[in-house]
Amino acid sequence: MATAWFCFLAVMVTVYVVLDGFDLGVGALHLVLARNDEERVEATEAIGPVWNGNEVWLLASGGVLFMAFPAAYAAAFSGLYFGLILVLWLLVGRGLALELRHQIDNPLWRSACDAVFSLSSAALALVFGVALGNVVRGVPLGPDGYFHLGLFEVLNWYGLLIGVFGLVVLCAHGAGFLALRRDGELVARARTWAPRLTWVAAALFVALIGPTAAVRESMLTNLTDHPWRLVFPLLAVAALVVTITAQRRGRWGRAFAGSALFIVGLLTTMAAGLYPFVLPAHEHRPFGLTASAAAAGDDALTTALVWWPLGMALAAVYFVFAYRMFFRTATVRSTSAAIDQPPSA
Amino acid sequence: MSDHVLVDRLQFTLTVTFHYLFPILTMGLALFIAYLKTVSYLGSEDRRLALLRKTPDERERYDSAARFWAKIFAVNFAVGVVTGIPLEFQFGTNWAAFSKFAGGVIGQTLAMEGVFAFFAESVFLGIFLAGRDRVSPRVHWISSLFIFAGSWLSGLFILATNAWMQHPVAYDRAGDRLQLDSLWGMLTNPWLPWQYAHNMSGAAITGAFVLAAMGAFFLLSDRHHEFARICVRVGVVGALIFSALQIFPTGDRQAHNVFQHQPATFAAMEGIFPTEEGAPLVIIGNPNTEQRKLESTVALPDFLSFLTSRNWTERVQGLNDIPTDRWPDSVPLVYYAYHIMVGLGTILLAIAALAVFLLWRGRLYTTRPMLWALMLAFPFTYIANIAGWATAETGRQPWLVYGLQRTAEGASPASSVPAGTGIFTLLGFAGLYLFVGILYLMLLVRIVARGPEDLEPPTTSTAVAAEAA
Repeated sequence: MATAWFCFLAVMVTVYVVLDGFDLGVGALHLVLARNDEERVEATEAIGPVWNGNEVWLLASGGVLFMAFPAAYAAAFSGLYFGLILVLWLLVGRGLALELRHQIDNPLWRSACDAVFSLSSAALALVFGVALGNVVRGVPLGPDGYFHLGLFEVLNWYGLLIGVFGLVVLCAHGAGFLALRRDGELVARARTWAPRLTWVAAALFVALIGPTAAVRESMLTNLTDHPWRLVFPLLAVAALVVTITAQRRGRWGRAFAGSALFIVGLLTTMAAGLYPFVLPAHEHRPFGLTASAAAAGDDALTTALVWWPLGMALAAVYFVFAYRMFFRTATVRSTSAAIDQPPSA
Repeated sequence: MSDHVLVDRLQFTLTVTFHYLFPILTMGLALFIAYLKTVSYLGSEDRRLALLRKTPDERERYDSAARFWAKIFAVNFAVGVVTGIPLEFQFGTNWAAFSKFAGGVIGQTLAMEGVFAFFAESVFLGIFLAGRDRVSPRVHWISSLFIFAGSWLSGLFILATNAWMQHPVAYDRAGDRLQLDSLWGMLTNPWLPWQYAHNMSGAAITGAFVLAAMGAFFLLSDRHHEFARICVRVGVVGALIFSALQIFPTGDRQAHNVFQHQPATFAAMEGIFPTEEGAPLVIIGNPNTEQRKLESTVALPDFLSFLTSRNWTERVQGLNDIPTDRWPDSVPLVYYAYHIMVGLGTILLAIAALAVFLLWRGRLYTTRPMLWALMLAFPFTYIANIAGWATAETGRQPWLVYGLQRTAEGASPASSVPAGTGIFTLLGFAGLYLFVGILYLMLLVRIVARGPEDLEPPTTSTAVAAEAA
């Protein structure tokens, strides 16, 4: 039962990163790609109706982590205290800058909101990466099930490396999202940047194999010991190939799908490499929290198995409905061929 | 109580109190926006139901009123969302021991809130604000219903969580943790229905008084008459209905719950020190916990016993018969918060009743003193709501989970989150929220100053997603 919830949680976190990832990426690139007010309006309006819904996946993932693995939730959130509070403040700033930008028609106000939005988006992408990096590296869990990492202990070299990787991946994803739109300077710039960022992401992906093996050898052995789990890293590689070739041919819809799958591949690889731990300790330390040790009671998990699929199905219906409505005509048709059919409504 | 626990408590008090200012209006307005949209969408001249018998002109005015309120709703909702996220996180960051102890139970309702309420709310708000130009009137109307349902469902799951902390049911002990025994048992907690009804009715009172205040403001400043009359009319009728429900049956039954299940809280709320058969209802008085008596008292003899159990000589346990380590840690706070809530609730009911009387006589829109009273009354609904929650939360002390876990045992260990760390983030939240509060008021003043007619379509960032469409 704990294993099932480990998988569900991985699915929810993955959906969160795929969805909120593109609006975080659009935000991080905001000051770079959108160079005048008109383009900045275009960029914020592209994500305007959906960013809040995307962010709900973070809340819902947090809720499911709390419900299914309360001990891991308690340990991780108190141990990474500063990191988490920093995320909160960034989320507050980013949400307000995005929602309130258009409320006051003053160039200074808009520029201030643009700066807050862009910097907080970039910082969030970085901090999320750092947090995942620390989880992969393992945390100094004690026998009481708690740990403490100061702000600068969180910012260790491996965490920062994953943070930068996360930032690049989400920027590539965000540029890929803007590239879907029809035309204009902003879109043209996004189409130049998306392939470059994808290449950087690919290079970092390969370069990170060594350091990851250095901090947690079991991330790799865990995959090679259960060869079927190699499906996940292979998915990431295949998605990268699809993204890069599609970008070359100007098939931006397919490229965006590839970039989404790349993120799916990365996060599932991470989950498969960590399992059975939800919150691993430093390598060779005995106090890591496994899924079954951190799990809530069986009654709770079984009960949740009844309502969770129902809630997810409803959420999926809402999202498909809203995305079709908002993006049915904003999606670009590839200039050469109409392969990337926008969903018809 | 050690320093770090105190800091954790202060930080949660600040963040939850500030946050809740926004959902009060979100939930209250969602109800009235759904009502305005429903009248506008379903109304026609040959309806049997008088509420829906509207001319096309009137329907258009209701729709325009709904659009104006949606603009305020959007700002309010955005601030509510961004200030709400820290609360869920803080269960883990500052209350890790509580999360570990009780997460196996309350994780259910909190996760359900995310899965069932937040998705519906956020997605349909996006659609609703995108405006009538982008969606059919029918979808627009349905979105307003989903926003209403989502926000009230969200309230239900939070209240189910709080009701369990006030009166834990349907759990098993497994070592040092609690486990859920039955979700159904948790949702049918006898504490829940009255607490939920009382809380939602409180939010509806705020929504109604805010509506009436806006209408009164425009009437007094001689602008937007048609819009103002709709707001005042819908507002005062709603205010009367919900102010009455707030006292009876919901307030009465909720007090009975406290009397039955939390005797120390009840005694602190009512300021009862000696146990009495035939306890007095204290209208005015200062509790003195040193000398264990109530000073400068005005009280109605035997009334409290009657109100709690419809029996003039019912025994009411006083604080003197409860060990002090089970007293709420600030009896005066519980006492004053409770009396402020009750006092304001009564005054608000009187204002609403008088306004509805004038409406019935056809004089409301021209009686300036009444309009002034309506315009100035709405902040007190916020105070009453917050005072009510202060009563519930400080009244539950010294328990975090009543009878099972003390607040001092629920905080994150000092080794993970020392007091200094907590003070740093507490000050950070205080500064950030001060700024957010000022920004919010500034934006609201602008929206009101522009008034309902010459409005842009509600929120452009959310509205014009694909302008190309």
